[in-house]
Amino acid sequence: MTGFEGFTLDHYKEVMQDTRLLIIVLNTFIIALLSAAISTIIGVFGAIAIHFMRSKSKQTLLTLNNVLIVSPDVIIGASFLILFTIVGVKLGFVSVLLSHIAFSIPIVVIMVLPKLQEMNDSLIDAARDLGASTWHVIARVIMPFIKSGIFAGFFMALTYSLDDFAVTFFVTGNGYSTLAVEIYSRARQGVSLSINALSTLIFLFTVLLVIGYYFINQRNNRLEDKGAK
Amino acid sequence: METRTRNIYLVPYFLWIALFVIAPIILIVYYSFFNVEGAFTFENYKKFFTPVYMKMTLSSFWYALLITIISLAVAYPTAYLLTKTKHKSLWLLLIILPSWINLLLKAYAFIGIFGTYGVVNAVLETVGIGNRQILFTDFSFIFVSVYIFIPFMILPIFNALEKMNPSLIYAARDLGASSMGTFRKVIFPLTLDGVKAGCIAVFIPALSLFMLTRLIAGNRVITLGTAIEQHFLVTQDWGMGATIAVFLIIIMVAVMMLMGLRKRGLDLVKR
Repeated sequence: MTGFEGFTLDHYKEVMQDTRLLIIVLNTFIIALLSAAISTIIGVFGAIAIHFMRSKSKQTLLTLNNVLIVSPDVIIGASFLILFTIVGVKLGFVSVLLSHIAFSIPIVVIMVLPKLQEMNDSLIDAARDLGASTWHVIARVIMPFIKSGIFAGFFMALTYSLDDFAVTFFVTGNGYSTLAVEIYSRARQGVSLSINALSTLIFLFTVLLVIGYYFINQRNNRLEDKGAK
Repeated sequence: METRTRNIYLVPYFLWIALFVIAPIILIVYYSFFNVEGAFTFENYKKFFTPVYMKMTLSSFWYALLITIISLAVAYPTAYLLTKTKHKSLWLLLIILPSWINLLLKAYAFIGIFGTYGVVNAVLETVGIGNRQILFTDFSFIFVSVYIFIPFMILPIFNALEKMNPSLIYAARDLGASSMGTFRKVIFPLTLDGVKAGCIAVFIPALSLFMLTRLIAGNRVITLGTAIEQHFLVTQDWGMGATIAVFLIIIMVAVMMLMGLRKRGLDLVKR
């Protein structure tokens, strides 16, 4: 990053040829997608259960839910490390996946809960009246209503997982590595321009994600305004 | 909804809470009572109250406080200006965009900018001040931290400013208050919630920054976060690390209770 000689795509070529790096990128994406998917499922059901709960235990459950969001990464990472060591889970793909799922769930809940609160409870009563089973109520009445919340939750979980450094850093063993951890190790060894190339690619991808999320949001808002569902 | 079926759906979620929220905290407290050899002892707590660790805690506190105050000073006027612009969503998006980018990348960029051969030094040389060691100083650390935390401070304040009823300002002016007076007595108290939320969102992470301190400040600045990470991953002294973590948790809870915020504040911080 010192002398500027001219434009070159050499560093990008270097990035593409670095197979270890590509494997790491793949790992990062797999973890992000898997953790976002699983945490969305668990989170949605958790949100539904919380919504229909009585007031006293509801408050405690909500506070517990927010603990992971508010805590600093270091504490989450350290505590998960202890947890995994005691339980005996090997540090690697499994531990990273479990940690990502763990801190994505509260995010999903926070995104879905407001949508649930917006929903008119008499919709459920009406469905029951017409003879729907519990599963039907959930699948045909509740889910479509909170669809935008579910998407938002999924996206946020995805972003948090892709971005995360601290927690992954604590629970990753020697072999496994995600993009963020890899960049950190390389950055500590010194400046290397292939990191710059990699960073630009990641940056572009993040921008694409954000734009995509923005457009989905706009579309949802427009649909809701028009009254179409 | 029938309680029985509802409880079935609750099971995975409950399991997750018990496993990943309650258990880790208990484990951390549990571990803080063990020293390196594995014996049950209060040694770690005694060690924490020695000058070395106390100095580190205080300096870490001081840095976090500085960062919070500076970001507040920068963020409040910015948020205020934001409410006056026409294309609010666009400006908001521009300001929030950096916070979507990976923290590491931003830190790495600053290594390049502040480095000995970087942009800033090049500018300084042409101006004639000459080459300076910017990286690995207190200044660079605080600068980069403020840069990273500004969006987190702007968002709650902006939300609070938006929610405020503008006719209150008009009423104050009508009754003869000056600009300064209006700000002090009307605007600021009403947005205090947002300010508190922003401060929490900045102060607590600032205490536990560890990656940033390593990359930008080298070993000159040690925050509580760095110490925890050091103990866990390098010296393998999990007991001491857990002790520091316990204190960090206590400080965090104390700050939150001090600010008196619960769920309402979280709404303002939501992205």
